[in-house]
Amino acid sequence: MAQKLERQTYKFHNTISINAEYAIVGREEEEGPLGSLFDEVICDDNCSAKSYELSEIDLIKKCLLGVMSKADFEPNQVDMVIGGDLLDQLTATTFGVKDYGFPYWGIYGACSTFSLGLQIGAVSIEAGCADNVIVSASSHFSTSERQYRTPLELGSQSPPTAQRTVTGVGSVILSGRGNGPYVTYITKGKVIDFDQNDPFDMGTAMAPAAFDTIYNHFKATNTSFEDYDAVFTGDLASIGHDIVTRMFEEKKFKVRNYFDCGSLMYDRENQYVNAGGSGAGCCASVFCSYIMKMFRNKELSKVLFVPTGALLSPTSQQQGQTIPSIAHAVVINSKRG
Amino acid sequence: MDYLLTFIVGGIICVIAQIIMDSRKLVSGEILVIYITAGVILSALGIYEYVVQIGGCGATVPLTGFGYSLVKGTIRAVNEFGLIGVFTGGLTATSAGICAAIVFGYLMSLIGKAKTKY
Amino acid sequence: MTQNIDDRKSFERAKKNTRPKTNYIKNSVMAFGVGGSICLIAQLVTNMFLSWGLSESEASILVTVILVFLGSFFTGIGVYDKLGKFAGAGSIVPITGFANSIVSSAMEFKAEGPVFGVGAKMFSVAGPVIVYGVVSSWIVGLVYYLYLLIAR
Repeated sequence: MAQKLERQTYKFHNTISINAEYAIVGREEEEGPLGSLFDEVICDDNCSAKSYELSEIDLIKKCLLGVMSKADFEPNQVDMVIGGDLLDQLTATTFGVKDYGFPYWGIYGACSTFSLGLQIGAVSIEAGCADNVIVSASSHFSTSERQYRTPLELGSQSPPTAQRTVTGVGSVILSGRGNGPYVTYITKGKVIDFDQNDPFDMGTAMAPAAFDTIYNHFKATNTSFEDYDAVFTGDLASIGHDIVTRMFEEKKFKVRNYFDCGSLMYDRENQYVNAGGSGAGCCASVFCSYIMKMFRNKELSKVLFVPTGALLSPTSQQQGQTIPSIAHAVVINSKRG
Repeated sequence: MDYLLTFIVGGIICVIAQIIMDSRKLVSGEILVIYITAGVILSALGIYEYVVQIGGCGATVPLTGFGYSLVKGTIRAVNEFGLIGVFTGGLTATSAGICAAIVFGYLMSLIGKAKTKY
Repeated sequence: MTQNIDDRKSFERAKKNTRPKTNYIKNSVMAFGVGGSICLIAQLVTNMFLSWGLSESEASILVTVILVFLGSFFTGIGVYDKLGKFAGAGSIVPITGFANSIVSSAMEFKAEGPVFGVGAKMFSVAGPVIVYGVVSSWIVGLVYYLYLLIAR
């Protein structure tokens, strides 16, 4: 049984190992600094599918097959797929898994979907409700753009605080047996709303949620930045990253080795991405490539991984509501417990 | 000289829109609504007429000019047809632009496809 | 309020210190140049039509149609949005931008079919413009009509 340290934070005693990971991204992401680390790159966002939604479904299918072949799994050995995306009613993930007959839990946590999935997967394995779980999260620039913002061909400018939705998907296989790295702690996020209402500035809206989750995690586990090789937040991009850093510095923390997946994804000097990347697929694909590769190469041994999500909808935004946000933290450790 | 004035008036109208968008964080749909309404109001007050005289196309091509055409058409139709003109004037004067936009929009949607931006 | 007031204050301070600067001057210069140029082209074409002996109203209608066509065409081949990225209001405010808003919506929702996609979504950006233009000019017309009634 997991041990409760605080209301939000739990420590696991069983083995919850990340046995395989697979990441696919689009062309713009390939041109970023992490470009060579991804398992697969799609030719363009459309991939000759009839619509962008179909191409996102295609991405998810490819990624599920990819991660299963890496771990030498057949679909019937997977006890459950836990996954989500940014589309209404989670259509991308649902349509992506329907051909394989997986037991399936669709989850929504906006850009924090991936760590929410890791948490649910880890809890299921700890409780003995599953042995092998695939956790997946995806996002797609062109499908999000039309759902949340404006038509692609509309000639509009985006402000410097805006972020580009990553075309990408990342999947991992969590298992009750394996050689790690292991999920050892989780900290469940709270919905935090500091009355931000600019949909072109999600990094700022999500920063307090990231701060809150990390701070409570540090308190519950009696750790700090020094105890981790690195702390990765989800997709706060450059501005949100700065805000979180400043908030910790005000609390007299020594902030070190703190990175953000949204900032790592793109080269902000040479790519038109404004503050950086965002989207559920952003932290998922960075985790499944960059972070996991460093674990496999023994360059990292203990990481706090904190994807953040802005839980707004086009409706809530048009009705003048503020942007609630959330961050879920997971500790990945190359040693057990 | 006229061309210079056209360039300057058109440019200034766009710069005002740019500053409003940047400072108020508006998206393109919002600035277009503001501009057409502003064009209607300024034309109704008789101010925009002067801008058109100075700037020519510099004043009629931006969307404020669309509002100017709406008002000019309405006023002309009211003079001619009375109450009926209130209803027919605006759209009659701007029908060419709206019709062209709908037809070309439809045709383009048959030919082209929205592409991902890099 | 369960959320920590201190955290909130700390966040507001951090937020204030991390605002990126909007480059007003660069944006304005771009908008000025591109917007002015579009108007200039329109003026050149108008004068050409006038020199061919067309009436002023015929010339202005033709120019409008041509500008709308150009806006639509460059949207269709995927160029107009690139212009918009650096020109900002310079390519939004002219009538070409109005055409761009209609054409981009029509193309975007092609996958949803000819009726509920292209047909219905075509006005998702431009619809409000027509609504507010027509309603406000209708009010102007009505006021003018009543004024004529009283003045007579």
